[in-house]
Amino acid sequence: MSLGKLLERLIQLVPVLLGVSLIVFVMLALTPGDPVQIMVGEQAITPEQEAELRHNLGLDRPMVERFFLFVANAVRFDFGQSFYHGRPVAEVIAERLPATIELSLVALIVALATAIPLGVLAAIRKNSIFDRMATVGSLLGVSLPGFWFGILLIMLFAVHLQILPVSGRIGYASEVPAITGFLLIDTLLAGDIGAFGEALRYLVLPAITLGLPMTAILMRVTRTSMLEVMRQDYITFAEAKGLPRRRVLYRHALKNALIPTVSVAAIETGSLLGGNMIVETVFGWPGLGRLVVESIFLRNFPLVQAAVLLYAVTYVLLNFIADILYTVLNPRVKL
Amino acid sequence: MSVLLEVTNLQTEFTARAGLVRAVDGVNLRVSRGECLGVVGESGSGKSVTFSSVMGLVRAPGRVTQGSIFFDGRNLRDLSPEEMRAIRGRDIAMTMQDALTALNPALTVGEQLAEVLVAHDETLPAGRLARRAAIRERSVEMLGLVGIPSPDTRLRQYPHEFSGGMRQRIMIAIALACRPKLLIADEPTTALDVTIQAQVLELITDIRARLGMAVVLITHDLGVVAEHCDRVMVMYAGQVVEEGPTGQVIGQPRHPYTRGLLASIPRPALRGQPLTPIRGQVPDLVGLPPQCRFHSRCPLARPECLVEVPMLDAGPGRRARCLRLEEMA
Repeated sequence: MSLGKLLERLIQLVPVLLGVSLIVFVMLALTPGDPVQIMVGEQAITPEQEAELRHNLGLDRPMVERFFLFVANAVRFDFGQSFYHGRPVAEVIAERLPATIELSLVALIVALATAIPLGVLAAIRKNSIFDRMATVGSLLGVSLPGFWFGILLIMLFAVHLQILPVSGRIGYASEVPAITGFLLIDTLLAGDIGAFGEALRYLVLPAITLGLPMTAILMRVTRTSMLEVMRQDYITFAEAKGLPRRRVLYRHALKNALIPTVSVAAIETGSLLGGNMIVETVFGWPGLGRLVVESIFLRNFPLVQAAVLLYAVTYVLLNFIADILYTVLNPRVKL
Repeated sequence: MSVLLEVTNLQTEFTARAGLVRAVDGVNLRVSRGECLGVVGESGSGKSVTFSSVMGLVRAPGRVTQGSIFFDGRNLRDLSPEEMRAIRGRDIAMTMQDALTALNPALTVGEQLAEVLVAHDETLPAGRLARRAAIRERSVEMLGLVGIPSPDTRLRQYPHEFSGGMRQRIMIAIALACRPKLLIADEPTTALDVTIQAQVLELITDIRARLGMAVVLITHDLGVVAEHCDRVMVMYAGQVVEEGPTGQVIGQPRHPYTRGLLASIPRPALRGQPLTPIRGQVPDLVGLPPQCRFHSRCPLARPECLVEVPMLDAGPGRRARCLRLEEMA
């Protein structure tokens, strides 16, 4: 991995971000609904007051000018003021981001930790009852809508069995100093194991809901590529060497089988971002996804724009990470 | 010389959509210690499946249905998978046709060599560091033995960083790492250039002499057999059709199929003349009637050949599956 390649990737990022900004800008502009009207709501204000408000928000300028102003400010990491919060957009997003990253990472870990072993097992026991059940399960996992599955989980575990909290991020009882913003880390830093467990309990249902489609897809990919790899000559040769079965499966087969899984995982991690909006809304999770959904309803243009840019950067970075992992797993490929 | 491997009445079947395929049908064979046996036949004759059966590596939907495989005094068919695993790679080793696909692309050559030692070598020291050093030393030694220059650095490389001939050598090094009593070399030269072929065969012959191991050389190249094998066994449609000392079988074949194989080899003396192919095709192995399987392609075939033909004596140490073998003498 050379510095030159890294630079190349960063340069590639520029047109992507410009394009994304333009598309989002145009889409927001074309969306019916006026931010000023929404802010004002039922209150009676004079046309002069309304004009002043519009001027303060910068909405009285022509669209082209507004776009270039946005880009010019964005390169200095200034994304303007949130219409709704009256604070810098960057600040509002930074506040919400850790909750989303925490949820996504836990969902990703849950997905990988279940999908890979299940996929391997399904491949080894091809056509067994387990394999068939896993196939049906993964079909369900992909096709169940997150909002519905999430509500189902809430009904079962939170309402009926009452073993997990309904929504939110942590009980009001536990107060830990926010250092990183990641509750799992902050609670540990504070040495409060009880609060850590509590934070984990709040994570369970949203993480499962968010990770389910990804688990299903990754399981399928792992199973298929494992079956493909098991047919290769090098597996027969490994067996002819009299290696323990564990080693043939996990060192020889899985290392090769994981190559496609990793690529798909990276792309699917990007799709977690979209899933976040739904899951955070269903579970009242105070993260970026929910913030963006609210901001869209409020026509809070600067915030939506900044958030979408952030999504785009994340997506490109994830693909970059996938490429690096790809070379680690596959020595024939050099970046 | 004492017998190392003795296979009796081996039968291996595959369930295919068209029906039951008996890929190996009543094969008997014997390999003495230190001997080199050539196994010849065209694709689909059952030569590879026979030795996959010996190794216990026949995969579903195939399975060994009959026969005994005595190796070093033990019937391999009676062993548990774990006991069989202990023998594979240690006492019986195998190399495959194409080293490019037989070596794992994602693991270094060093790792693929070391893991055989780890799996089988009980003489390795117990301490972690000493063990690692011993494995490294043995690996370097093996790569040196097969003629890979600067083995120290080469161990850290991946298979794709080697040429075809080098990869074949590495595969041989891996197979020989535990000094097996028997090496099964499945088409060791098919995927190589002619010049490299000779080198690889020389290497196998040379190491065989040095380690005193027996070699089974599976090939469809009678020239290779003539040069390197003590005895030869010709297979056709899942059966052995002729066997005997190499010189005699090649000098004076007693089965029309062997004769056909020899006639189809290009010879410098007959330059410009058309080759003599064996007409027709290998019969479909599904539902074969009990009769001579070469019958439909045989220039000597007669109505009385439509019976099941056993292996018949054809001189000292020679046998052939043909009713008319006397006429070919």
